[in-house]
Amino acid sequence: MIEIKNVTKKFKDFTAVDDISFAVQTGEVFAFLGPNGAGKTTTIKMLTTLTRPTEGEIFLDGHNVTEDPDKTRRSFGIVFQDPSLDNELTAYENMQFHAILYGLSKAEYKERIPMLLDLVELTDKKDNYVKNFSGGMKRRLEIARGLLHKPKVLFLDEPTLGLDPQTRNHLWNYIRDLNKKEGVTVFFTTHHMEEVDRIADRIAIIDHGKIIEQGTPQDIRTKTGKDNLEDAFIELTGKNIRKEEGNVGLNQMRISNKLMG
Amino acid sequence: MRTIYILWLRQLKRYVRKKSRIVGALGQPILFLFALGFGLSPIFQKAGGIDYIQFLAPGVIAMTVLFTAIFTGVEIIWDKQFGFLKETLVAPVSRFEIMLGKTLGGATVATIQGVLVFLITFLAGFRPADITLLPLAFLFLVLISILFSALGTVIAARLDDMQGFPLIINFVVQPLFFLSGALFPIDNLPKALDIITKLNPLSYGVEGLRYALSGASFIPPAQSLLVLSGVIVVILFVGMYQFSKIEI
Repeated sequence: MIEIKNVTKKFKDFTAVDDISFAVQTGEVFAFLGPNGAGKTTTIKMLTTLTRPTEGEIFLDGHNVTEDPDKTRRSFGIVFQDPSLDNELTAYENMQFHAILYGLSKAEYKERIPMLLDLVELTDKKDNYVKNFSGGMKRRLEIARGLLHKPKVLFLDEPTLGLDPQTRNHLWNYIRDLNKKEGVTVFFTTHHMEEVDRIADRIAIIDHGKIIEQGTPQDIRTKTGKDNLEDAFIELTGKNIRKEEGNVGLNQMRISNKLMG
Repeated sequence: MRTIYILWLRQLKRYVRKKSRIVGALGQPILFLFALGFGLSPIFQKAGGIDYIQFLAPGVIAMTVLFTAIFTGVEIIWDKQFGFLKETLVAPVSRFEIMLGKTLGGATVATIQGVLVFLITFLAGFRPADITLLPLAFLFLVLISILFSALGTVIAARLDDMQGFPLIINFVVQPLFFLSGALFPIDNLPKALDIITKLNPLSYGVEGLRYALSGASFIPPAQSLLVLSGVIVVILFVGMYQFSKIEI
């Protein structure tokens, strides 16, 4: 379903992703792991046509991502790390906006939006403004939205960030269900290793822009000789805490957004 | 087409739902109208000019449109920072459609705001010189809206966060306004100021509006129309290029 061949991404003199290659099979739940700043988000951005690789090729559902971005875009749905809903619109309006951007006919979205809202248990909130939603509700709505145009692959970039264990548990149940029922390939990142252990069929670990290990959770435990994935992960990526540049601009924006409502 | 429509509709919904912002944005034009209008009126008349309110009203309307249009364009930076733009950029639609939808949405909001201020000018004693020219005034209003909404969009495509925002206000929006002839007649100006006002696209908007509303202008309306349309085309082309380059 996804094939990454010798992909490199450079930002001026910094190499964020360094000659990585791996493949994700159809119907798989694939976990893409790595410490902060390892190249996870950059890889997802390349897979989802938001940025172009400096070198190498990516195929998604048979489409060359850089040469055929429009066809690629129809084949995947994505839940970004930061919420990407319009707070000033209702849940239904956010869904409708997405449906129209993806060229769904009115009959089609009139059928699919209620169905998906039902799936993520937001039917009774459909006419509420998203700004009044909790973090978990926003996530659920984003998942529903990501599935609206019947994608073959669903990307989830740290979907459980900042959610309580109940909501996380709920969320993964939906995703597991979807994967089983509709055969959607799932590609996700997270820092919660127990989630990976529960849900992922296969894992790739990236660090300093390179894939350092891949296989099933069991493979990785066996290779490192650890009995849980968290220890195995630390064994592979080291104990040092990674430097990450703070985004002053973003914080500033969050503050002004709060002030101006 | 549906893409442009839904982007436009989103902008409009956001505008209508923020009542406080609509009212807030009317504060500045009202202040200009009453403080400057009544304050400078006696001097203006002594200098042999017409009623200053008649002169000032089109300028204040243009000012409102300028500020509103650029702000709605710059709202894209908001979308960029908070992720909503990503949702639009990963969708199978062309960047040009996104840009056009945003521009037209911003322009519609600015036009509505301009019409509101037009109605307020009546309270200050302004009366249009010739009612049959009102459609022409509306056309100028729309053109100014599109021009500056597109400009805001282009600026937003370049900027990544709101840090640059005061820069836009102080080095783009304010100079455009103050050096446009919105507040003073643009004939017999010192040479430098004369050149600057003639290079400022807003001058043509102000003059066009003034012709249609107050019945007199220094720049012929046909020329204003031509310049505004030309600049819009150029900005849309630049915007198209800028938007195709956005990587997040």
